[in-house]
Amino acid sequence: MTDIIQTIIPAPRMATAFKRALRSFALIRESGAGMMGVALIIFWVTIALLAPLISPFEPNATLQPFAKPGAAFAKGGTFWLGTDHIGRDILSRIFWGSRTVLFYAPVATFSAYVVGIFMGLAAGYYRGWIDEVLSFIANVILSFPVLVLYILIIATIGSSGINIILAVTFASAPGIMRIVRGLVLDLRNRDYVAAAQTRGESSWQIMLVEILPNARGPLIVDACLRLGYVIITIGVLGFLGLGLPPPDPDWGGMINETRSMALAFPHMTIFPCIAISSLILAFNLLADGLREISLRD
Amino acid sequence: MIVFFLRRLAYMALTMAVVSALLFLLLELTPGNVATKVLGPYSSEEQRNLWLEAHGYSEPLYERYISWLGNFISGDFGQSLRFKVPVSEVLWPRLWNTAVLGFWTFAVMIPLALVLGVLAGMNEGSALDRTISVTCIGTTSVPEFASAVFFVAIFVFWLKLLPGTSGMANGFTFQELILPVMVLVVYDFGYVARMTRASMAEVMTQPYMRTAVLKGLPYRQVILKHALRNALITPFTVITLQINWLLSGVIVVEFFFAYKGFGALILEASLNQDIFLIEACSMVAVFVAVVSQTIADLSYTYLNPRIRFA
Repeated sequence: MTDIIQTIIPAPRMATAFKRALRSFALIRESGAGMMGVALIIFWVTIALLAPLISPFEPNATLQPFAKPGAAFAKGGTFWLGTDHIGRDILSRIFWGSRTVLFYAPVATFSAYVVGIFMGLAAGYYRGWIDEVLSFIANVILSFPVLVLYILIIATIGSSGINIILAVTFASAPGIMRIVRGLVLDLRNRDYVAAAQTRGESSWQIMLVEILPNARGPLIVDACLRLGYVIITIGVLGFLGLGLPPPDPDWGGMINETRSMALAFPHMTIFPCIAISSLILAFNLLADGLREISLRD
Repeated sequence: MIVFFLRRLAYMALTMAVVSALLFLLLELTPGNVATKVLGPYSSEEQRNLWLEAHGYSEPLYERYISWLGNFISGDFGQSLRFKVPVSEVLWPRLWNTAVLGFWTFAVMIPLALVLGVLAGMNEGSALDRTISVTCIGTTSVPEFASAVFFVAIFVFWLKLLPGTSGMANGFTFQELILPVMVLVVYDFGYVARMTRASMAEVMTQPYMRTAVLKGLPYRQVILKHALRNALITPFTVITLQINWLLSGVIVVEFFFAYKGFGALILEASLNQDIFLIEACSMVAVFVAVVSQTIADLSYTYLNPRIRFA
């Protein structure tokens, strides 16, 4: 009797969602590259969360300029990765900088996704003139070389955290829109969409509840790749001097500030470069692992 | 085909028109701003008004736009504020330098990416394929500024083989071109190789490949005649579209190595609010990007008869 009841009554939604997530995680374990990506991401997220506890020094404190990696500090402690030209500990700045990038990159990507998904859903579902107008806007934005667009926007509206999020949203939403639109054009002819239309569900309910969840596979892979690109973008903007205003630690900015001394003191630039590359690599490996799994079934 | 060609050209012209209007609005919507940028922040109200009067800024916005566009098409880009010379005098030599950089990047990147992609795609799932794929993910994960730092550390700081800047102060030298090209190639080849691999792997599973093998053709001939011709359609498009990416990449690389190219110019113009130079550079950049996109579209249709009338 209990068996029958259990088969009839569906389990609570949250629990199934959790189980599904666990199952996808079990799948990613089959891909070596994907697992490496997950491990690297967990590594950096842990560092970002624990930055105040594990940083040996204050990230913005001037301690002892031009110290080599491994040099001891007169007042105790070691500069494991050395210090920069104004005497700030590089290891602590990398730890704190991971907070910056792991905050701005996901927020900016998420914001771009919200805009891109709404544009893509509208274009793919309504088609007709809405599709043509939205697609044309997307094409115009995408015809700019992407970094030219970022430089134009940031040079016009100024560089700040919010403006970087806005610029990333503006420049990335059209690409996301194209992907979503393509998926929706395929999914809108499915039977369950017709059923929902017959039930009299509103257009937006159909798009968000029926179509969007079924388009999630390719979107998750794309989101991982895009997160990597956004981290590159934030790094490049910092490197060009258009990033977050100093003195808060930001990996791209660290590279920009010490680049002119790279020939005499390579440790100042190399370690932030390794940090940012490893984080981008993590998301690209995860995306590759996810794609491999999604192609298998 | 001709109708398709004309339609693509018209679409290209429309895109350029919209882009030019956007740029004009972004940079010249308020004449007061333009005057401040041209005359500097310490100019008086009166000077600004005189300048605006003399340069036709009292006309309505759309008339200004049309005359601006007219000048633009006839090659008159205005005066650069930073370099104190006509924009075209700085722009074209810089663009040529970037073309040289781009040429060598493509000359190295295309053969490398195609060979690796074809090798990986031919042996899908093999150890060679996995090695190439993971290498490609690795190299595309290192942003240009980071790989530039690594290469400078290795080849300039440690091995002392190459110069660390590419300002070309004593005329053009190949030595100074090696590092910028290397950085761009390393960042770019992975993507093209992966696209080639995917295309090749798909072709390898096609029935005509099985037919060719089963009718006893030598494997070499099967690959060269049957597989490659079909598998290289997608990479060709991808490579053409890479020009758009390269325009972004050269900004970072030219800034890093102090190479006097178009990318460094556009950055310098933006950072110094050199308004007419920004307009000209952005228009040229978008023009190059749109033309390459159109070529990619047209050639894809031309090379692949299956979608010609779709």
